[in-house]
Parts: sequence; C-alpha cells; structure tokens
Amino acid sequence: MATPLTLKELSKKEDRFTHGHRMCSGCGAPIVVKIAMMATEYPVVVSNATGCLEVSSCISEFTAWNVPWIHTAFENAAATLSGVETMYRSLKKQGRFDKDKEVKFIAFGGDGGTYDIGFQSLSGAMERGHDMIYICYDNGAYMNTGIQRSSATPLGADTTTCPAGSVIPGKLRARKNLTKIMAAHDIPYVAQASPSHWLDLAKKIQKAHEIKGPKFINVIAPCNRGWRSKTNDAIQLSRLAVNTCYWPLYEIENGVTRITVTPKEKISVAEFMKPQGRFKHLFSPENEGLLQRVQDEVDREWAKLQKEAKTD
Amino acid sequence: MKAKGWRDLPPGSVVLEGGSAVKFKTGSWRAFRPIWIEENCIQCLFCWIYCPDMAVEVKDGKRTEFDYDYCKGCGICALECPGRKGQKAIVMAEEGK
Repeated sequence: MATPLTLKELSKKEDRFTHGHRMCSGCGAPIVVKIAMMATEYPVVVSNATGCLEVSSCISEFTAWNVPWIHTAFENAAATLSGVETMYRSLKKQGRFDKDKEVKFIAFGGDGGTYDIGFQSLSGAMERGHDMIYICYDNGAYMNTGIQRSSATPLGADTTTCPAGSVIPGKLRARKNLTKIMAAHDIPYVAQASPSHWLDLAKKIQKAHEIKGPKFINVIAPCNRGWRSKTNDAIQLSRLAVNTCYWPLYEIENGVTRITVTPKEKISVAEFMKPQGRFKHLFSPENEGLLQRVQDEVDREWAKLQKEAKTD
Repeated sequence: MKAKGWRDLPPGSVVLEGGSAVKFKTGSWRAFRPIWIEENCIQCLFCWIYCPDMAVEVKDGKRTEFDYDYCKGCGICALECPGRKGQKAIVMAEEGK
C-alpha cells in the first residue's frame, strides 16, 4: 500500500491539496501539506484548526481539498477529529461501513492552534488514544491575524505584541518545546520534520500511518510575512533551521529517540536568523548577549537530544 | 470571473465539490515570472516538490512547462534549482517587461 517515495513516482499522483488556494506567495505551509497528503495511499479525513491554512484553503465557494475536510474552531481540531475517528469505528461495528476499509485521520493546526489555543483538546485526544495524526505547521506566531506572539515564537523575535525597541528586545521568553511535551504523553510516535527534507518528512508521515494510536508531528513552516524574509527562501530557511540545530529532525517511537538527520556541520544559529527581519535587532551591539543566549539554548537542547538519542 | 450574488450560492454557502479551488486562478498575483530553460534542466523535480502552488506540471515523471494560471511567482523553484554545471534551469524575470 505504501507509495514509493521517489519524486518521479509521487509526481504521478493526483493532488489531494490543489492549486488555487490563497496562501501567500512563497508560504511554507502548503509545501508541508502537499507532502503530507501525497505520502500515503489511504483514504484520509482531515480536520483543520482555524489559521492561515484553513482560511486560505477554503474561501467561500472554493476548496483546495480533494478529501473529506472539516473546518473546526481554533481550539478543537483534535477533539473534532477524535469524534470523526470514533464515528468510523462505530459505523464499522454496526456494519454500516466496510470493516476492512482502512481510513486514516489527519488534523492540521498552526502553532497558535496547537501550542496555545488547541492545546487542551490536543492533549485530550492524545491521552484518549485516538488513531490519528496531528500535524502542526509551526511558523512561530499568529501570522494569520497579523504576527502576534505565540508560545512557539522564538526568543528575541520581533512580533506586533512583543515589538523590539528601546523597552524590550523582542520576545523575552524562549519557545516551549511542544514536541517534547507531546512525547511526555507517552504516545507511540512523535516526530519533528522540515519541508526542506521532504523525504524525511514523507517517511515520517508514512511511518505514522502504519502505527495504531495517536501520533504527533511538528513541522517547521517558514512565513515570509511574519519572519520578514524574502518570498523565495522558505526552503532555504527551513534547511538552515535544521543545519543550525534550531530545528533538529528526530523521532520518538515508543519512547526511543532517534535523530533522523544529523547536519554535516553544525553552523551558528545566527546564519538562520540573519536573513530574517524579525531578528534584525539582535545583530546590533547592545543585544549581543541575547543572541548568545539564543545560541546557548540551541546548543543545550541539541546536546540533550544527542544524549537521549539512540545512535545507529 | 463574475462574483456570485447571494441568490446564486447554495444555502449556507456550502461547498459542494472537492478541489474546486482550481477554478480560482492565482496567477495574477505574480510580480516575477519563472522561466524554464530546458537545456539546463536535469529533471530532479525539486521545483515540483517545493512549489507551494502546485504550479509545475509533470508528465510521466518529467517536468514540462510552468502552470502560469496558478504560479504566484515566489521564486522558491529558481532558488532551489541545482541546474546543470552551475547554469540554473529556472530564472526569474519581472512581469510586464
């Protein structure tokens, strides 16, 4: 059933997420979604928390989705999908749906709808053990409503609700590590991925579909409007995020951590931050200390991850 | 495309068919136009996998032209294109020039 993961084979498939959606030019999220949707042959039901992806893929009269899709409120993508999953199970039990037909369930949410507003419903769905994948496309702020800080916003980033200036140098708190928080739910599969490493992302999705129970995948999705970067660098920035170890690619399967992509050479996190206007102020002399704090935090997390990981 | 009035829309503005966004052409957003130079193309298909707008057409595993009806001109394809011998197979040109 598994699709061979070569670009040539994948390109022969029909789009499950079509063009004509109205995400911004150069947005990272549709790249994540298209790879996630093409990585499997199973029929899929999708629920989508309010956010950029939801509002721009289903604007009155039009939908970019070629699969059953439910728009939910900001806070309950996981709760809605757990209900859908339960309904399919019930219909199968009642003999009203083909018992042998496997249907898979994916919830998409942005970092606002996942880290913050949808967190309790996500936590609940994972604890109840529903057979579904929750994919968070993390662009690090509430981009849809105009770049307000979220708990995924990195330390020192400039947003409209933590503006960098003479009073504060951008966000004062570090981002919360949601991938690790989901791993603490003791669910069978948790992973972190990036669209720049499309094969790694597709493999993780494919693997997750074969595992019964709740799965969580956190994917970085550059936003050129909010990150104040160019429209053409979504892939380049997500690759830099991986190579600086700001966004390490790893998976935790039944409690066993494995780093799936180790950068050939770990470069300074400044390389990832420099092309982004939201970190511009960190490169002025008075914020040198903060830039160092960001680097220290990345180094610490990376060292911790390497210690936990099984080396193969 | 003519905008529909409330009488023409289904009740509740329900969307009745999947993938109908293809009727909405986003190509008019473009300020820069990607141009494919076939002789420099190694058919790696990176442009296809990284295109956020599914605007690279691939037939039988080989890329063909851009779908300018949907391309928003972000330029990711041109940046990611490895090209052949340092020569890019995709370059960006300003629209209307």
